[in-house]
Amino acid sequence: MNGVHDVLSPAGPQAEALYQLWNVMFVACTVVFVLTIVALAIAVWRAPRASERAKPDLDLHPRKVATLRRSVVWGIAGSSVLLLGLLLASFVADRALSALPLANAVRIDLVGHQFWWEARYESHSPELTFSTANELHVPVGRPVLVRLRADDVIHSFWVPSLSGKKDLIPGRESTIALRADRAGTYRGQCAEFCGYQHAQMALVVVADPPADYERWQALQREPARAPETAQERRGLELVEQTSCAMCHAIHGTRARARRAPDLTHVASRGWLGAGAVENTPALRAEWIANAQKFKPGINMPPLDAAPDDLAAMAAYLGSLR
Amino acid sequence: MDDARALPLRPRPRRRARAKAQASDRRELLRDGDGAGSRAAAELERTWQDKPGLRGFLSANGHKTIGLRFVVTAFVFAGLAGIMGGLMRHQLATANSHLVGPDFYNQLFSMHGTAMMFLFAVPVMQGFALYVVPLMIGTRNTAFPRMSACAYWLYLLGGLLLFGAFATNTGPDAGWFAYVPLAGPQYGIGKRADFWNMLVTYSEAMGLMVAVDITTTILKLRAPGMTLRQMPLFVWASLVTSVMIIFAMPLVMLGANLVQFDRMLGTHFFNPAEGGDPLLWQHLFWFFGHPEVYFIFIPALGFVSAIIPTFARRPMFGHDAIVLSLITTGFLSFGLWVHHMFATNLPELGKSFFTAMSFMIAIPTALQIFCWIATIAAGRLVMRTPFLFVLGFFFILMIGGLTGVMLGSVPLDLQVHDTYFVVAHLHYVLIGGAVFPLFAALYYWFPKVTGKMLSERLGRWHFWLFFIGVNLTFFPMHILGLHGMPRRIYTYGAETGWEALSLVSAAGQVINDLGTLLFAINLVRTVFFKSERASADPWGAGTLEWSVASPPPKCNFFALPVVSSREPLWSPPAEVTHVQGLSAQIREGLTTTVIDALPDTRYAYPAPEIWPFVAALSVTIWLVWSIWSVPGFAWGLIPPALAFLLWYWPNKKEAIEELKWEGEP
Amino acid sequence: MSSRFLDRALVLAVASVGALTSSGCERESRDFLPPKPGAEVGHAASAAASAAAIANAAAMVGRYEHNAHAVSAGKRLWTWYNCSGCHANGGGGSGPALMDDVWIYGGDAGTIYLTIANGRPNGMPAFGSRIPKDQIWQLAAYVRSLAGLASADAAPNRDDAFLTRTPESASDPQKPETVKPSVATGRPQ
Repeated sequence: MNGVHDVLSPAGPQAEALYQLWNVMFVACTVVFVLTIVALAIAVWRAPRASERAKPDLDLHPRKVATLRRSVVWGIAGSSVLLLGLLLASFVADRALSALPLANAVRIDLVGHQFWWEARYESHSPELTFSTANELHVPVGRPVLVRLRADDVIHSFWVPSLSGKKDLIPGRESTIALRADRAGTYRGQCAEFCGYQHAQMALVVVADPPADYERWQALQREPARAPETAQERRGLELVEQTSCAMCHAIHGTRARARRAPDLTHVASRGWLGAGAVENTPALRAEWIANAQKFKPGINMPPLDAAPDDLAAMAAYLGSLR
Repeated sequence: MDDARALPLRPRPRRRARAKAQASDRRELLRDGDGAGSRAAAELERTWQDKPGLRGFLSANGHKTIGLRFVVTAFVFAGLAGIMGGLMRHQLATANSHLVGPDFYNQLFSMHGTAMMFLFAVPVMQGFALYVVPLMIGTRNTAFPRMSACAYWLYLLGGLLLFGAFATNTGPDAGWFAYVPLAGPQYGIGKRADFWNMLVTYSEAMGLMVAVDITTTILKLRAPGMTLRQMPLFVWASLVTSVMIIFAMPLVMLGANLVQFDRMLGTHFFNPAEGGDPLLWQHLFWFFGHPEVYFIFIPALGFVSAIIPTFARRPMFGHDAIVLSLITTGFLSFGLWVHHMFATNLPELGKSFFTAMSFMIAIPTALQIFCWIATIAAGRLVMRTPFLFVLGFFFILMIGGLTGVMLGSVPLDLQVHDTYFVVAHLHYVLIGGAVFPLFAALYYWFPKVTGKMLSERLGRWHFWLFFIGVNLTFFPMHILGLHGMPRRIYTYGAETGWEALSLVSAAGQVINDLGTLLFAINLVRTVFFKSERASADPWGAGTLEWSVASPPPKCNFFALPVVSSREPLWSPPAEVTHVQGLSAQIREGLTTTVIDALPDTRYAYPAPEIWPFVAALSVTIWLVWSIWSVPGFAWGLIPPALAFLLWYWPNKKEAIEELKWEGEP
Repeated sequence: MSSRFLDRALVLAVASVGALTSSGCERESRDFLPPKPGAEVGHAASAAASAAAIANAAAMVGRYEHNAHAVSAGKRLWTWYNCSGCHANGGGGSGPALMDDVWIYGGDAGTIYLTIANGRPNGMPAFGSRIPKDQIWQLAAYVRSLAGLASADAAPNRDDAFLTRTPESASDPQKPETVKPSVATGRPQ
């Protein structure tokens, strides 16, 4: 999946606060490192050399003891003060993370599955709610409150350019707040080992200008586009009557299962399989035929269907913008 | 210390004992001591020898034998785990690589972590402690040699079972910390997680046994005059580590067994639907897991503290400060564990406490570092390979420690947790903080153990290749983590941009391998092809292990030493220098009091026995049976019960023999 | 150190490793791709295909019933495809119980495969056109484990969910007996 995916490229206030903290700590730690290594280097450089047979020095001149003791004490005092300063910086950043104003927040329920992300928007409101998967759109400048639940094992939601990570733990519900202050596509990836395809459990957060976001929302709430060509009609028939409907939902059709990503607007998404393949017609057909080829170990089985049927299904799904 | 002077030890009713001897065995009662003569020395060597043959091999309990076995076995496991690490680096060197599939890769990183942490890092440190500590404190064996022998067999069997499982596609695949629910009954499919739980049980039992042995040895078997303040720093490090192990290791065994109960018996400890909590496992594991890295780190600090004085030709500056730092580090390390759980939904204020503790533990470590630098600054340096590795240790550990401070901050950790930044940090602290001192210790004590010096030239090559290789392999990982690369991924797409640095990392690992290969060559060449023998004290060091021949006699000391300073070889005691009068015909030693090391009692070490091995085998039967069968949990306890019963059955003949020699000093 | 002792010890070690290896490989292999065409069996309604299904079942046992991943997948599909809607957690409801020793049409893997694929009179739908064959075999293996007939090593343990039944790995094996359905209800007599 393409998108900005970098701790060092913050695009929102959470990530920005963490980036500032990183700068502070990086500078402080580098200074400490350089000072200590220089001290060691000087010590090694200036100390005279001897052989193993040289008689050991058992007495140290009192002034030298005093000097060394002073250096050590100053070293410890300095380190302690620096650590205290870093502790304060850490607390300040921590408070910033929880200080995001949440008025008029977009509410998303994110459920982590092996190996995809289920997103339900505005679940408190039957008129506004809709489901999608792996690709989240958010309006620029508005806070987003994400409620995190896990369906099976522990996952972790992490979009580095927007915020730190939060684990999705079965039996526990956590929340994370973030805000995108710049339009763009921000990539994220599951950050807690969750099984065979942990490596390919990515997601994108697309920050749209508010008007675009409203348009996207409205589109997502609509039922699936009716098939127009004969091939698409055949595809819909196959989708409803063979394997697809056993796990997937397409609103407005007879496919209503909730075990796999919602496909109502699958063609509007940039990638399939949580970032495994790009959502182009060719790759879409290959994915449907044998998803295990791209992402071995996921729950979607290869389809045993005739090539014509596969093409029809791919065509239908490709029409679901 | 008047008693110290009058140290000739005589058995009580002398006439009766002699009469008994004349009546029963007709042999002369030979006792050790300065000037006891070559007959006593020869008899001592005979008494302390390991028995020959297979039975002797299995029943040996001399601390040098057991310690060496631990170290050698640990390096074999490390080599295997290192190969796995190499495979991982190669898989990740390019995007979308198909070198290994996801399932095998999961087993690779789980085995790499498990083997390195449980089968290499902790046992090798314990092995060094077993070998060096009795020599350093002036005694002939550890306090409970059969327990350590049993620990070794448990270790070997556990490791073989784990690798055997890996060879049959049953290697653990949920990471080295096996989070539930992924390693739980529903998602931990097959027997893989069962083997992991079993290995943890083995490791814990093994670690605990050695820790109890070492603690008792250090507290009760020191040479007369070696008060706690005169004790070498490596011995302090071993003491702190062992006490920590006693507190922390039982918890991981408990936790692993709770997971096993969930998997085999259907309990609900970690099942949120029935009142359990997956987070409980994380708490249980990390309460052990964080101190565990200090089990690895603190002995390494001990190595450094042993090596620097020798190569700076002066006693350690700030000896007492370092002792206090070691104790403080050990204590504080129990208060950090939640920093592995910052991304969970624990209360924020609570997490901040752990940030404060994680920062705080940097201070005693910093104190030690400053004291070491002060010692170097005030000393005259001998630039040999052990010292080179210590210098490398400073560089790499500092980087690791400072990234550790970064990771200790809750908000920053939320970005870099579970990314390659953490992988970089942990390898820097483990390799810098433990492996570098370990190599230093190997080069340092190798002449003592084998009687030959490793090649200095190959040692330097090893050091530089390893130093460059480690930095090249692991430094880019900091950047990769900041660029968003999570841990434990078997592949990544080209669009992530992670390929370039991953390739650099893989190249660095090749250099690492070269360095390690040179070390192996150095070892083999020296052990098998070198004939030049090393003296008792090739480095001119000050601690007691250097007062005996290289390799040490089987009895360690023909007469137990008495000390009065921290470096006994540099400042020998003025008056009494040795203990005399211990038996040369049974394995005997002297216990001293805990704080002031005044002579306390005579102690009869157990002779070699086959029971530790048999007990370890019986525990194996139990653990393996319990993986396959629920009743096996219960019925499988019968073999160990029998074995331990027979092991501890009192031996009247042995008791009489030992009582013959006991008496007040 | 007797060399005969060592020889015997070596043979024992190799034999144990061999035993572990073969059982381990079968139980632990994760075959994400289904077997190649020809190695599995169609679900056409013809008698020949039915016979072939039952005949090939023996070949499938190692791949499915003795394989932990396959049985676990079958358990997941049991929930996903709502088998529990009629069969509950194996205790039955509107559909017959599957964890006992009573099998109307037969309790061997091949027959269960045909039951799922082609359906049966009195309510069992035909899933053959809706589920890939590989998944039907996985479900068949899981159904066998409900009656304790799958290998105990490979059978699933308890769910991370509300406690509803003994884990399949702890179920006692119920030797299948085929009982003819009664004419009126289609249930066993």
